[in-house]
Amino acid sequence: MAGVIARRARKQRIFRWAVLVVLGVFFLLPLAAMVEFSTRDSRTWPLLADWPELSATYPDLADGILASLLQAALTAVLMLVLLVPTAVWVRLRLPRVRRLVEFLCLLPLTIPAIVLVVGLAPVYAWVNYFLGGSSVTLVFAYTVLVLPYAYRAIDAGLSAIDVKTLAEAARSMGSGWATVMGKVVLPNIRSAVLSAAFLTVALVLGEYTIASLLNRTNLQVAIAFLGKSSATMSVAVSLTALLLAFVLLLLLSLVGERKRKAASPAVSSTVTKESAA
Amino acid sequence: MATRPRLRGTALLGTLPFFAYVTIFLIIPTLVVVIGAFASNDGGATLENIKALGDAYILDAFGRSILLSAISALVGAVLGAVLAYALVTARSDGILRRTVTAAAGVLAQFGGVTLAFAFLATIGLSGFVTTFFQDHLGVDIYSGGVWLFELPGLTLVYTYFQIPLMVIVFLPALDGIRPQWREATEGLGGTTWQYWTKVAGPLLGPAFLGSALLLFANAFSAYATAAALVSQGNPIVPLQIRSALTSEVVLGQANLGKAMALGMVIVVSVVMGLYTLLQKRTAKWLG
Amino acid sequence: MTGVAVHLKGLRRTFGSVHALDDLDLSIAPGEFIALLGPSGCGKTTALRVLAGLEDADSGQVLVDGQDITPLPANKRDMGMVFQAYSLFPHLSVVDNVRFGLKLRGRVKAASRAGDMLDLVGLGTHADRFPHQLSGGQQQRVALARALAIEPRVLLLDEPLSALDAKVRVQLRDEIRRIQTEVGTTTLFVTHDQEEALAVADRVGVMRAGRLEQLAPPAEIYQAPASAFVAEFVGLSNRLPGTVTGDEIEVLGTRLPLIAPSGSKDATALVRPESVTVEPDPDGPGRVVTSSFLGPISKVTVMVGDVLVVAQVASDRLPTLPAGAPVKVTLQPSPVALA
Repeated sequence: MAGVIARRARKQRIFRWAVLVVLGVFFLLPLAAMVEFSTRDSRTWPLLADWPELSATYPDLADGILASLLQAALTAVLMLVLLVPTAVWVRLRLPRVRRLVEFLCLLPLTIPAIVLVVGLAPVYAWVNYFLGGSSVTLVFAYTVLVLPYAYRAIDAGLSAIDVKTLAEAARSMGSGWATVMGKVVLPNIRSAVLSAAFLTVALVLGEYTIASLLNRTNLQVAIAFLGKSSATMSVAVSLTALLLAFVLLLLLSLVGERKRKAASPAVSSTVTKESAA
Repeated sequence: MATRPRLRGTALLGTLPFFAYVTIFLIIPTLVVVIGAFASNDGGATLENIKALGDAYILDAFGRSILLSAISALVGAVLGAVLAYALVTARSDGILRRTVTAAAGVLAQFGGVTLAFAFLATIGLSGFVTTFFQDHLGVDIYSGGVWLFELPGLTLVYTYFQIPLMVIVFLPALDGIRPQWREATEGLGGTTWQYWTKVAGPLLGPAFLGSALLLFANAFSAYATAAALVSQGNPIVPLQIRSALTSEVVLGQANLGKAMALGMVIVVSVVMGLYTLLQKRTAKWLG
Repeated sequence: MTGVAVHLKGLRRTFGSVHALDDLDLSIAPGEFIALLGPSGCGKTTALRVLAGLEDADSGQVLVDGQDITPLPANKRDMGMVFQAYSLFPHLSVVDNVRFGLKLRGRVKAASRAGDMLDLVGLGTHADRFPHQLSGGQQQRVALARALAIEPRVLLLDEPLSALDAKVRVQLRDEIRRIQTEVGTTTLFVTHDQEEALAVADRVGVMRAGRLEQLAPPAEIYQAPASAFVAEFVGLSNRLPGTVTGDEIEVLGTRLPLIAPSGSKDATALVRPESVTVEPDPDGPGRVVTSSFLGPISKVTVMVGDVLVVAQVASDRLPTLPAGAPVKVTLQPSPVALA
């Protein structure tokens, strides 16, 4: 007996699959096209896998890749050094300053990257003066760019544990603030820190606006440049970069999932990127 | 208690690195934009830059930016909402839903140069789909002109990150809809249509509108995708800002760029403010 | 207004390998208040949802007032339903929630009827509030008013009290009974709380594994449980070993009549704590293990030989029964079931 409810469930199933198939095609087609496009020249992929040959053929691309990797790593480090102690400290000792810190961290959401570049130009004139024009100096701007996402991840991690009680317990047993931070708080927000770091790396690897307009190089700038001379190669590198971001963010969602299973309340490290690129 | 003020002082010291950093790399750049927008080339105060925003070509750029953001937000919001609804009809812990939400998380971030190249490989002049249509169906998708590098093309490309973003921001609201509400409506004699128009619709309305606003701000702020795709002309505001930044030839352009940047910040702030308001309403109903 | 008769006939429903409903038959008289009672997963909620049309039965029929409504969708069945919690529409005020079903029917006098209903549940002054401004108990009253406003043929209550505090639960439970008596609507109430079921219903149906184990008035369910399952589920029972002779069983030196005869000689009798009397006795065979104060009635645990017996005693007798005190245990000769 096919009841009313069963019929509705069947209709929903048909609807669900129709939507998934149609949108699935829309989303997979460009990826498939990239594969097709990048294999038109059979030398492309072997060359991409051969680093010495690649850096000889496309020195700009090699520079860009190395610059991006360095930027990603350093931005993650700077972000953590700046944000984690501040977020913990504010929760422990300065609850009234917390709103201000949160406001400042989320402020870049309302300031598009292209606007930030306009304001950063004079600041970077000084950076050039003191530190030179290396592309590594972009790390300063990138740390600001990732602030909202990193802050949300770390704040969610801190909300899931009772920092204050943990710290008071440790202090009552005679530990100093350094021990509280390193041995008590940090191990408890490890997955949040990891999420923030992954997000940072993914965002930095995809950054183009600031690098290109401050006349520095990174992966995206190199790809854009390469697109003018070798379309096939640039598509192949794009696809690789995309797959890398895929893996990174998939790892991120796995970390998030384990965290949720590990008994913390609904800490959704929902990745919302208001200023896509 | 007497030691408290001193403690507060030392405690504040702990936040010094953060505030110093944010001042140099966030506050000062913001002030540079705001002050620069009202400064003349010799440093005096002026409203010329703001007045110049009324120039036809800048107004056009803002108009096109808003049009592009609005259409891509609307299409992204509708299709994203449909996809999100399709997901909530599946089991919440099922493999399907987890896969799609994870993919949406990745694709929402997928913008910029790589996305531009993905679409070049797909519907560029020698793209996969373009050549397939030409060779096998005898259809030239660009018979009416190459629209990929203009507003219609940008809209299509933007949809690619707007739909996944919608899925991510709208899914929590859909999850907040309780099955009891549908069952209560049915018990009270309501049809499916009445459920959607009188219960689910009004409940999801603010969340949908808020999400669409977020998508609007997202598209409005986007620069890299357009920069990589559009090589001729500067149809939208971010590209106008680029030309103001990079062209040294025209004097006074730098501060005009700041005025346009300020205009962008104002638009995004207003939109995000409305978004926050609607989020609060949603949290009260569907939290 | 008088209620209508409801018949559930041979309902079957399986989820995978679980029989949620296993050939369930249930007849409800017009205006009757029936409570379905059972542990979670026994099928009581499925039975109610099948009656509401929110769940399909694999086979069987649902008859309301003699008419087969099995093929009707939920919105054509005219059933008022109150859910466990959170069923009020959060974007509508209290009065608009109550009016909702009336407006769907295009009733002109919706406003005054909604007001009457709110007065009936004692929330006449809260009409313009929103659900999130109400307590859990108030929300459930509004849900009840909303369900009754449409003058449903049957009122369905799906564990409406389980999300509430103990005190509110008792209060609202009594009020539900009062209102049901007043409007006379045939009512099916699903709960896992035996006290609740016994307190409100005309008849209680105890369910187990998709079947009705017993359907009888509360007193009968309590005093003459049809099976060991019913006896154990409805109120706490002592499991005491005894020897069967004929239609009696000898437990702790007392002969108790059996509800149903038994074939085996050695058996375990289910004896309620209130049927056990404990008295201080220096030569008694028992020793008090614990005594706990629980209000007017308290609980005493006694060890007799190697058998643990739980008894209810009036609290004023508690001081005479401290832990370790020697006691004598006697049983009232009321009929018992065997485990």
